[in-house]
Amino acid sequence: MHKIEGSQATARQAAELLRSVISQQRVPYTNQAGALIDAVRAVGEQLIAANPVELAVGNIVRRVLHIIREENLSLATAAIAGLNLSAASDGDDDDDGERDEHTVLSAAAVAAAARSTLRPPSLQTLLEDMPESATIPHTTSSGGDSEGKSKSADKSSRTRRLKHDIIEAVNELIQDITTCHEQIAEQAIEHIHQNEVILTLGSSKTVLEFLYAAKEKRRSFRVFVAEGAPRYQGHLLAKELVARGLQTTLITDSAVFAIISRVNMVIVGAHAVMANGGVIAPVGLNMVALAAQKHAVPFVVLAGSHKLCPLYPHNPEVLLNELRSPSELLDFGEFSDCLDFGSGTGSPLLHVVNPAFDYVPPKLVSLFITDTGGHNPSYMYRLIADYYSADDLVVRGRIASGKLSSDRFCLLYSR
Amino acid sequence: MPPQRKGAAARVSEDTEDLTRHPLQAILLADSFATKFRPITLERPKVLLPLVNVPMIDYTLAWLESAGVEEVFVFCCAHSKQVIEYLEKSEWFSQPNFSVVTIESHNSVSAGDALRLIYERNVINGDFVLISGDTVSNMSLTQVIQEHKERRKKDSNAVMTMVIKQSKPSPITHQSRLGTDELFLAIDPQTKQLLFYEEKTDSYRGIIPLDNALLGDNPSICLHNDKAGVSLGFVFSVPDCYIDICSQEVLSLFTDNFDYQHLRRHFVKGLLVDDIMGYKIFTHEIHSSYAARIDNYRSYDTISKDIIQRWTYPFVPDVMFSGNSATHLEREGMYRASEIEQSRSAHIGPFTVIGKGTKIGNNSKISNSVIGKGCSIGSNVSITGSYIWDSVTIEDGCDIRHAIICDGVVIKSGAALEPGVVLSFKVVIGQQCIVPSYSKVSLYQQPTVEDSDEELEYADNSSGTVDSSITCTVDTLNREMMSETPASQLGPGGVGHVWSICEGAHEEEWRHSVAPSPADKLAEAIQSLEDDLELLNLDGNALSVSGELKSGRNGTDSEDDDVEDSRDDSIYYEKEVEATFLRAVNENIKVPDVILEMNSLRLSYNMTSADCAGAIFYAMMKQALEIPHATAGELRKSAASIIDAWNKLLKFYSKEIDDQIEVIMKFEEMCLESVKEFSPHFSQILHLLYDKDILEEDAILRWADEKKDAEESDKVFVKQSEKLIQWLREASEEED
Repeated sequence: MHKIEGSQATARQAAELLRSVISQQRVPYTNQAGALIDAVRAVGEQLIAANPVELAVGNIVRRVLHIIREENLSLATAAIAGLNLSAASDGDDDDDGERDEHTVLSAAAVAAAARSTLRPPSLQTLLEDMPESATIPHTTSSGGDSEGKSKSADKSSRTRRLKHDIIEAVNELIQDITTCHEQIAEQAIEHIHQNEVILTLGSSKTVLEFLYAAKEKRRSFRVFVAEGAPRYQGHLLAKELVARGLQTTLITDSAVFAIISRVNMVIVGAHAVMANGGVIAPVGLNMVALAAQKHAVPFVVLAGSHKLCPLYPHNPEVLLNELRSPSELLDFGEFSDCLDFGSGTGSPLLHVVNPAFDYVPPKLVSLFITDTGGHNPSYMYRLIADYYSADDLVVRGRIASGKLSSDRFCLLYSR
Repeated sequence: MPPQRKGAAARVSEDTEDLTRHPLQAILLADSFATKFRPITLERPKVLLPLVNVPMIDYTLAWLESAGVEEVFVFCCAHSKQVIEYLEKSEWFSQPNFSVVTIESHNSVSAGDALRLIYERNVINGDFVLISGDTVSNMSLTQVIQEHKERRKKDSNAVMTMVIKQSKPSPITHQSRLGTDELFLAIDPQTKQLLFYEEKTDSYRGIIPLDNALLGDNPSICLHNDKAGVSLGFVFSVPDCYIDICSQEVLSLFTDNFDYQHLRRHFVKGLLVDDIMGYKIFTHEIHSSYAARIDNYRSYDTISKDIIQRWTYPFVPDVMFSGNSATHLEREGMYRASEIEQSRSAHIGPFTVIGKGTKIGNNSKISNSVIGKGCSIGSNVSITGSYIWDSVTIEDGCDIRHAIICDGVVIKSGAALEPGVVLSFKVVIGQQCIVPSYSKVSLYQQPTVEDSDEELEYADNSSGTVDSSITCTVDTLNREMMSETPASQLGPGGVGHVWSICEGAHEEEWRHSVAPSPADKLAEAIQSLEDDLELLNLDGNALSVSGELKSGRNGTDSEDDDVEDSRDDSIYYEKEVEATFLRAVNENIKVPDVILEMNSLRLSYNMTSADCAGAIFYAMMKQALEIPHATAGELRKSAASIIDAWNKLLKFYSKEIDDQIEVIMKFEEMCLESVKEFSPHFSQILHLLYDKDILEEDAILRWADEKKDAEESDKVFVKQSEKLIQWLREASEEED
């Protein structure tokens, strides 16, 4: 997992992997959705454990779980809608565990589920589901009977259809992830105006596409790129921008404050967007956000929907930061004499810390632009409720943390 | 048709491409063929020893996998069953695109044997990576392999690429970091070819024998030498990573030379010395990425700390192997696995790793240490800089500093371990016992013959059997003491044998221990280096290597050393010239032949013709001195006759004014320092040389001019030859 760089690629791969899990999973006759959820959850747990820092993986796992629930619900509701009379009476006996789970769903999730059921059910669906739904209470109440054959046929067809629908929906999700750059970039024209000065830090594919889209629409503007030490991805971004014909100025990270008064808008990418609207972003962005606030410059964060994380940053599940190798900062050979463990007390006086991420609190963010449009930080929780089901917030079955998680956040700043 | 044919041609070329493309293979030696980790390695192979709670071999395999190696042959020798068992249980066998094959051998005693066995198996069919199972690295292999392949295309004799790590040229740092011997390499900076390899061992202390060919290229730090057309980088104390990219030939070379045992000492040096086959070794220097090999306890400590400080990223505890037990990195470099029971009053300091299920009691202090899985640590325990493996019990009030404690050890209350202690598996340390520093304790008795594993036998502490084959008296004493009262050394209830340290090894012990080197020892080491330097300054025959080291440490310009070097060189050269000349005189060799010999000497030492003229003149004068003489007059006569006889030779080298001035200067220097007998005759001999047309008047006059501003003492000979100079001046004025 660690070999894949960038949350978009990781998200797509995770979704593709889960799709193959779903298609390979053999489902039992009853409680198909439950079996699928368990399978996806088991794989998802491993995926998240493989790279706990990449929150996009967890997001995708939750999205897929949500899709399974939704599809299952839509089938069920379609069936219920088909025979409202019998379904209304049999609802209590329905041994499909999903039912019980959905009763405790949050209002938002129910709304989302309801929205997905708005698709007009086809006549075939109604016809197929009518006997099937009726057989469930029948079998539970009176045991096996002559309808066994037709029942199993119905079951398997339903199973196939559930799986089919889920895979279809996951494909849609993959499609969304792949096209999120274009979707975000489409909105560029509404945000970037003629002769503006835009500041960005580090490198983000989304930002690149966004700026390029504005340029394509014949907006002329200037871009300042802060280099983003120590990985200096800003250099790459500047190169790309120039290759695409944008007027670009490269500055050091420390020059951000000096330059911010000339800037009309800060546009940056994000590593993840938390449920409270806080942003986990490449290191140095909190400084940029503070500078922008000081000079009342809009601070705009671009994030594909796969980066929306349903967790809050104080959740112990969230690993907020990653400390990377000190060799990005300094050359081991040059400093080997400072790292001598063999003399003195055995611990060197030099310690190099290289965090990968920063946390930008929601109050510093002016606007989020996702593939569904621009949103206020305070609206993020609502957006997230559309995408995730509340049951899936904790993917891990057993929570082993808790006892010692008082200072889990190994971030450098104290909040 | 043409497009189709084109397509076919393309397919053919693709096919050949496919045929030449082999999966990248690696040979992993899961045996170090060394005894540095005894007594621990008596019970468990070195590659399975935990390094920050993960067996070393996992670091190596994980790196190989991430670097794109597709097939790994793990060569197991000592404790091969354990290695194979471990690999079978681990997930390495079930990885896609990464196959691990074990090769077992029971009679291999060296890396050479191992490679010969692998050659017999005939499994390697292309370039391969040769690595030992105790290497930690995160470097990318693609570039090295690319370089290696390109070199192979140009020159099929480039059989091997060694990976070396750039490091500060400070010998003390290197020694104290990794505890290995210093290493001297000469590398051609342009081609990166390895020209010289020498491990610093005691026999070569301070003096590196470089052969003439290398000396001729003047191996000082990147001194550019225009005449020879090469410039040499002389790299000191480079940590050798023991990662090699080898071609297939390497295996057959090992088979051909059945006496090659050690990879470096025999193979590399053998290839460098052997110029018949013309095989070449190249180097690849890495800067920012990490690579190091665990060679002894010292490097075990250093590499563990490098891992905790994340130099080996992504092979760090919280990223790698997080599947089996998730470890979280907390503030100040503290790694904590799950299910730890820690008392509220316990203080866990920075750079500490604590394994799963460990219990820590009240008021215990832990810093700079690694603690394994399922340990139980009592209250008021203090642990610094130590490596505690799995399931260790440490009772209340223990004090542990810089120790390695293996699985299942019990340390009873109040015991203390002084720095550098190694406790092997399941040792018990009794109450209130103080284990002295650098001691090694094991359940096994120390084998008397170091290299024979067969003689190791398990001796329980009650048996009083003494091995019959005891040669060393010190050993006998220790053994008797131990077998009689084995527990007394380890306190009441203690179980285990304290290994005695051989007399010779004792002073080296601090170098290889886990404990940081004591300040006084380091000072001693620095002192000894400086002593070496002084010694070398007196004895000018050897190239002063330590001298350069010293300058590197002090950060002064290396120019002084160059001067020093060339002076050493020139002294050496002069002696050679003198010997050659003496031979020429004694054997009546003709002048043209002597010139030929002198020329070859001049080229091999890379001297100018001025140096040559000076040296020859020096030799002639020495020769004159050798001829028995009673009076000063006779001496002058013999000098004159020699100058007369070898007139042509001297003339050949003193064609230019500069050469002639050099001759005069040399003569002056001789008269002042070595051959004082000539000093009264300075002006006469000068005149003689002038008469014989060896010296032109311009040379003498310019020499006199140069000396004008010199100190009084330097002017002695100018004054002596005042008359001659005066005469010459007048003569030249007249001519004008």
